[in-house]
Amino acid sequence: MARAAVLGRLTWRVGTLVSFRDETAVARTVVFQIPDWPGHLAGQHVDVRLTAADGYSTERSYSIASAVDGDLVELTVERLPDGEVSPYLSQVLRVGDQIELRGPIGGWFVWDPEVDSPALLVGGGSGVVPLMAMVRTRAQLGSATPFRLLYSVRDPASVLYGPELDRLRSDPMLEVQYAFTRQTPAGYSRPPGRIDAAYLDEFGYSAALRPAVFVCGPTGFVETIADLLVAAGHNPHRVKTERFGPSGGSS
Amino acid sequence: MSIALDGNTIAGALGELFAVDVSVAVFECAGCGHSGVVAEVVVYADAPGMVGRCPACSDVLVRLVRSDRRAWLDMSGVVSLRIEL
Amino acid sequence: MPGIVSPGFFGRRREGGQALPPGQYLVRDFPVLSAGPTPRVNLDTWEFRIVAETGEQRTWDWKAFRALPAVDVTVDLHCVTKWSKLGTAWRGVSVDVLVEGIETNAEYALVLSYGGYTTNLPLRDLLDGKAWLAFAYDGSDLTPEHGGPVRLLVPHLYLWKSAKWVRGIDLRTTEQRGFWEQLGYHDYGDPWLEQRYSED
Repeated sequence: MARAAVLGRLTWRVGTLVSFRDETAVARTVVFQIPDWPGHLAGQHVDVRLTAADGYSTERSYSIASAVDGDLVELTVERLPDGEVSPYLSQVLRVGDQIELRGPIGGWFVWDPEVDSPALLVGGGSGVVPLMAMVRTRAQLGSATPFRLLYSVRDPASVLYGPELDRLRSDPMLEVQYAFTRQTPAGYSRPPGRIDAAYLDEFGYSAALRPAVFVCGPTGFVETIADLLVAAGHNPHRVKTERFGPSGGSS
Repeated sequence: MSIALDGNTIAGALGELFAVDVSVAVFECAGCGHSGVVAEVVVYADAPGMVGRCPACSDVLVRLVRSDRRAWLDMSGVVSLRIEL
Repeated sequence: MPGIVSPGFFGRRREGGQALPPGQYLVRDFPVLSAGPTPRVNLDTWEFRIVAETGEQRTWDWKAFRALPAVDVTVDLHCVTKWSKLGTAWRGVSVDVLVEGIETNAEYALVLSYGGYTTNLPLRDLLDGKAWLAFAYDGSDLTPEHGGPVRLLVPHLYLWKSAKWVRGIDLRTTEQRGFWEQLGYHDYGDPWLEQRYSED
């Protein structure tokens, strides 16, 4: 059971961009160095605050993509066409620039390496980001906990972390299965389609194994998958969900 | 479109007020008696403040408004919060 | 208070040189803010009710409401989240038409919406051509996202006073605070005086 660690009140910290890498045409991973970063659990996030020269300020919440690595924290930001914060983080911010961050936040949607029951990770679009933090943490610890990552994504060009997942899946206890919803890679065996009950039955873990389940993605995706898993016999208390979506102000 | 988010959206703002991570606390809804973790509360953040609603009955559980100088927190929709220590 | 400035960050902009209330910036789109799920209100069951402090009531169903004289108004909107939108075109019924002839000593109004939202303001700010029940925006039926079928429009106050999905107004001799006013937002909310929070 996750515990409410007594952390003290959260305050804003200054993070400096130390590097970045483009993941797709619209997604960039940005790496911040945050002095005295206390570390984080796989699945947690940070709030980001940007302030303009005239005092205008806005905040957004982003999942942490990386495993613990000293005072470095990686976020993967998908640029939204009409976004306010995501175009800045993914295009404007330069190495050496500073922003404010607050975290780590959230102790619920986290993978606990001490628990050895298998973990089923189901991500839709950039909902894969906190799941990648879990996959990376598992690899970093050399954990033998069985993991299955089911990754629903529009088309091959939209896949985040593809080469790294290809490398990591050489571990037989880590399975990665894509569900391409619009367009598949050439020669792919399955037609494009969404994750449904049959897909979960074929590629997920049976409820009898009592896996820890993490579902992250847009609200509709999360609700659909969680309902399917509960209908398939998974204990609702073991199906943890995290939803995100563009908001009125856009990200 | 305004889209509902989850309790993690409000967790950072609550973390400014509470010394514990409230997102793993278990609430009981005053409207319908449903209980669950704060992380799974449905949060509407595109408003003058943040509004957390019960995932079962959509009644208001928590409202949080933040100005530069103070915060207003209403939890009258929550019977209790259970916090593991 | 926000601390460091992020170089090159301007945010959603925000054009200068306009006659905007202090702290506001101009938008071209029409942001949708909401504190809950969007109510889907059926016109067959929709009704609007005014209840005076005396107990006197008036109720309109959709047909009766749409039979009332309507006017076109073009107004500027100022949201407390700091965006302003200028020259928005609405069609609706003046609140003056609805309250005409009601006997009341009320000084305050509590506006009630489908979905549970409420907001308070002085009754006089709903009168004398300052407020409308709007059912069309930009020539089309008002969409649910923007408060349809009918929203209140009180453009001289911050937009949270212009309740969406409106279903009634209580006329009161005492002030009862609404959804955001209970949480520190201003009882009046004049954007030109930047009355955002109750201490402002």
